[in-house]
This record gives sequence, structure tokens and C-alpha cells, in this order.
Amino acid sequence: MPDSATLEAVSIDQDEGNFSYPEDYAHDAGYGLTEKTIDYISEIKGEAEWIREFRKRALRVFNDKPMPTHWASEDLNNIVFDNIRYYLAKGQRPTRSWDEVPDDVKETFERLGIPEKERKYLAGVEAQFDSEAAYSNVKEELTKEGVIFVNSTEGLREHPEVFRPWFGKVIPTGDNKFSALNSAVFSGGSFIYVPPGVKVKHPLQAYFRINAENFGQFERTLIIVDEGAEVTYMEGCTAPKFETATLHSAVVELVAMKDAKIQYITVQNWSNNVFNLVTKRGLAHENAEIRWIDCNIGSRLTMKYPGVIMKGRKARGEVISIALANDGQHQDTGAKMIHAADETTSNIVAKSISVGRGRSTYRGQVHIPRHLKGCRNNTECDALLINANSRTDTYPAITVRGNQHATQHEASVSQVSEDQIFYMKQRGLSEGEAMSLSVNGFVNDLVREFPMEYSVELKRLIDMEMEGSVG
Amino acid sequence: MSQSLRIENLHASVDGHEILKGLSLEVPKGEVHAIMGPNGSGKSTLSKVIAGHEDYVVTEGSIYLDDVNLLELEVDERSRAGFFLAFQYPHEIPGVTNANFLRAARQARLPKGEEVDAVAFYREMYAKMDQLGMDRKFTGRSVNEGFSGGEKKRNEILQMMMLEPKYAVLDETDSGLDIDALKIVAQGVNAMRSPERGFLIITHYQRLLDYIVPDVVHVLHDGRIIHTGGKELAYELEEKGYDWITKEPAAA
Repeated sequence: MPDSATLEAVSIDQDEGNFSYPEDYAHDAGYGLTEKTIDYISEIKGEAEWIREFRKRALRVFNDKPMPTHWASEDLNNIVFDNIRYYLAKGQRPTRSWDEVPDDVKETFERLGIPEKERKYLAGVEAQFDSEAAYSNVKEELTKEGVIFVNSTEGLREHPEVFRPWFGKVIPTGDNKFSALNSAVFSGGSFIYVPPGVKVKHPLQAYFRINAENFGQFERTLIIVDEGAEVTYMEGCTAPKFETATLHSAVVELVAMKDAKIQYITVQNWSNNVFNLVTKRGLAHENAEIRWIDCNIGSRLTMKYPGVIMKGRKARGEVISIALANDGQHQDTGAKMIHAADETTSNIVAKSISVGRGRSTYRGQVHIPRHLKGCRNNTECDALLINANSRTDTYPAITVRGNQHATQHEASVSQVSEDQIFYMKQRGLSEGEAMSLSVNGFVNDLVREFPMEYSVELKRLIDMEMEGSVG
Repeated sequence: MSQSLRIENLHASVDGHEILKGLSLEVPKGEVHAIMGPNGSGKSTLSKVIAGHEDYVVTEGSIYLDDVNLLELEVDERSRAGFFLAFQYPHEIPGVTNANFLRAARQARLPKGEEVDAVAFYREMYAKMDQLGMDRKFTGRSVNEGFSGGEKKRNEILQMMMLEPKYAVLDETDSGLDIDALKIVAQGVNAMRSPERGFLIITHYQRLLDYIVPDVVHVLHDGRIIHTGGKELAYELEEKGYDWITKEPAAA
């Protein structure tokens, strides 16, 4: 039985994403996680032996590591790993044509507007349905320039010389319990390589969809952008509402070589029964720039702290984060900035909104060691509380050693006042409209950082959340 | 069908204290009425009660806007029915631009499925801002945030001009205004005077009424209208103060 918080949470109208199709999977690894599960996944994928070994070692690490509940939410203990299916696929191979995608999968993505978005403004799209990609297409001119955009299975099989050297290097298996879990059972995700000097103008996008109940999605993404190259990658996530908890645990590794730029944009709108436990980290070489733009609206519990390791001189890292925690939700998000070279710069701007009994937590880690010089960090975290019983916590950890650095930290907590809402209602806005407008106003400066199409989507999602939260 | 804003025997309290004690008043369409009264007489309470602020509890009486029973409506429904309140202390809405706010308020008045025509909206807003001598940069600034007292009041009048209410209450709009700002605000209100609209102007001083000349002046004291007269009453009050009225028994 789901607990009462979950029951209440699922009664909120989350999204048009709330629909699912009957399950008819050709491949189902069954419930629970053992070495047999790994053999099953490896065999279906026809993987090299080193990958199978990598997975099995990761399983041992996962089993050995305790739940991090000494600092994180006790709610993690409600994940029953034996009741989860770790691999589900229809046996499809990703196709380049929508016509060849299985009908129910195609309908799912059409209802979510994916092909339409691709026609309009994307350079490449991958659509993942449960464990495997159903569709993957990248504009021909990019392929000609040498851009690789494939799923993890294909990336490791067809281009091991490109991806293997960095695979699992930015986020080692043992980084945390969930990175170990992902390393054991990963499937799907995007492997991208952009050759030196290639600037990909339009964003590449992946769309992650969970269709099945009692299922875990463990995509693995690795993006390598070579010297002087640039790319923007966007991911969107949804799942239907089920009565049991679903697990999403991804690992995303970014590598920006000298002078490269990576912008990674997430709009997460999982339904309110998804445990969303994701590890994201980028490695920035000399004068490279990595920006995480991260928006978390859905899920039951999200734990995600995108990070940048600034390894080369003058490297830059940035995290722009918006989190909205509605009733029954806990958004535990933040950022990690590890300065490992001189004159590196990092910037964190995090805004969270707590609605009803929703809870948002900011955790930040900034590390600048003594032997470096000329490093700068700016951290701003602002929390907006909608109701008297909403909750927010901030845990900033800024370690700066040495005296040749500059850091600044600002934090604020504000509440939408009754008077402000009264004023807006007097102008004819309903309570929900007034709330949405206030919340959109609060995140306005950050929303501008998103590409136009996404900022419109974001506003719509916030409107829907706020409509559901009053009256 | 009565074309007026009608308040009958209104009793209202806040935190259990009765502030309005049987207030009756009628503002017919096409007229401008002023309410004057000493501090603490219930002037601002009246404006909030008409608007429907939830801190104020109506215990008796009625408020009608034409044929609409306002007491049965929510705050936003009252607004959309044609009631506007120009606030004495307009609130700030961080991050929401003036233009977006006005547009949302206009959108709220359209039937489902209809969208505000953005080009026409901006053209109209700019014209009205010009009329009020407001710089175009105010469209992109957050509502009332960092505005001076005079800018806030002008912004209230701009909102009123954009929303074109049937009845408007101006709550001490003159407070905090210098004479130039006062004139501009008055011009805005005068431009909106029409046989289709009624105004109720709450003020402490007669000064505003030099520029917005009322048809009728009421004196509010201890939660009731105790005296009603023509525009000359305002001058009399300015000259003689309130004592000569408040010490009389309530006017019949």
C-alpha cells in the first residue's frame, strides 16, 4: 500500500503525461536484482565481456553500500528493490523513422508532442520507452560532421574507442549507492560525441518515458565535446501515475575538452510516485564551460546535485536550478562545484518553491583548495513558500582555503503574502492564476535561461501545478 | 434594473470589532461621490469590504453592483463583475512585469479559448500610459517594485483605465502625491468619467476634490454616513473640521 502522502499526491492532476498502454514486453528481466539479472541484460544487448564485468562489480558495490539515510531522507527506505523490474523492452531497435516505431510507443510520444518538436527546432532526438530507445534520429549534416548521437548500448558497441576512455571516469561506480545501481543495470540514455570545432546550433534532445509499473529506469548518458566544440542537450521526463513507487536512477557524465562548451537542460516532470535519484557531473578542461540548467517539478523524492569539476585553468561551471515541491513531494536538489585549477569560476543560482506540505531542500558544495589562486564562486539560493505549512531547508557547504579567492553567498526565504494575492484577485485573477503568476515571477529571471520552447513549457507546467494546489 | 453601486445597512467587523455600523450609500452610474471622514471612521474598511477582503466579516446588510449581489461573489468575481479598487497602498509583485500583469487581468475577462490580441493590447496600454505621463520602461518593470509613492498611484490609475470597471473606489489615492502627480491622476480619472461609470472617492482632504469635482459628498463617522451634501460640503469640512457634524445627532 502506498502511504497517505503518496495517495494525496497522486490525486493532484499532474499532467497530460498521465496515461499508459498495456504491457507486452518481449524482454522482461523479472523482479529483483541478482547477477542473473545482469547476465540477462548483457545477453540481450550482446555486450562485450568487460561491460558485463563492469556491471557485476557495480552490483557488489551497490549491495555493500548502505542507504545514505544518515544525511538524506528516510523515505529512501521505502524503496523495495526486490519489487522492481530492472529491464523491460519490446525488443525494438531504435529506428530513424517514426513510421517504424511500435504503434503504442509512437502514440505515447505523439501525445507528448515529441515529433512535432523535432520538426520545429531540434537537431536530433532520441526517445526512450522504459529500458530502450524506440526512436533515434540526428540531422544528416551533423552525422557528416562526425557528430555521434546514439544510445549507450550502441555507443559502447560501435564506438568503444570514443566512449570507453571516459565511461565511468567522471562518476566512478562507487560514487554513491545509486550510481553503483545504475552502473549495474544501466540501459538506454544518450552517448554523444562532438568533434573538435563543431558547434551544434540546435539542441539535441532525449525524451525519457516510463510506461510500466514497478519498473526502474536506469539510463546512462555520456557526452564528450572535443576541443572548441559546443552542444546543447535537453532532456524531458514523464511517467504515468501508478499506485506503486517507480524508480528512476540515471548517471550523466559530461566531458568538455579545452575551450568546449556544454549546456545540459533538464525539465523533469515525473509523476508523484517516482523516486528520482540521479547523479550528474561534468569535467571541464582548460577554458571550457559546463552549464547545468535543471528544473524539477514532479517526482515523490528527487535527489540530484549536478556538479562540475573544473580541472583546467579558467574553466567555468554553472548550475541554474528550479525546483517545485508540491504536496507529498520532496525536492532535494543543489549543486557541487569542485575547483581544481587556477582562475576557475563557478556560479550557482537555485530557486525552490514549496507548495502545501511540499518540501524543498538545497544542498550545495563548493570546494576551493588552498594551493589554487584566482578562483571565484557565487552562490544564490532563494526559497519561496506558498503556504504556512510548506517547508524549505538550506545546507550550503562552502569550503574555501587560501586567501586568493572570491566567494559570495546569498540566501533568502520569502512567502507569497495574502495581501499580494488579494491585490491580484482584485484585478480579476483567480487564486490559482494569482499564485501561478507569483511563482512565475519568482523564477522569471531563471526561466529566461531556458530556450524559448522550454520556457513556455515550464510556465505551463507551473500553471498546472498551481491550479491544482488551491481550491 | 438599478444602475448603481448600492450599499444598504452594512455592518462589518474585523477581529470581532464592529467597524461599519449600518452604512448606507448609493452611487448611481454617471456620478462621482466622495467620502470624507476623520481618521478611524471606517473609510478604508469600507473599500476592503466592497472588494471582499477575507479579514472583514459582513454581519448584516447588502452590497449590490447594478443587479449583482457582490456579497455572494469571490474577490476576483467582483472584479470581473466590474468593480475596481485603487489601493491606498498598492502591493508589489516581484518578477511579474506590469505588462504581463495587466495582460493576465485582461485575459481573465475573456471567455475560455479567446486570447488577448497582443498588438492591440500594447497599443492601448502605451496610449494610456502617455495620457498618464508614464515612461514606457514601466511596462517591463515588476509591478510596483521600487516605484515611488506617486508612481504607484499612477500605476493604479493605469490599471483602472485598462480594466474599464463599471464602478471604481479610489482609496486615499491622493495620499503621498505632490501637486503635479495629483493633477495627472485627476486627469486620468476625469477622462474616465462617463454616464456608464460610477466613482466613489475616499479621501481625507478636500484637495483632491479641487481636481476631481464630485457630484455628492458624504461624511463617514463611526461606521455610518452621518451627513450628505453637494461639492461645497467638502470646502465646509476643510474650513470647519468635522466636529460641527460629528457632534450633532446622526442626520435623518
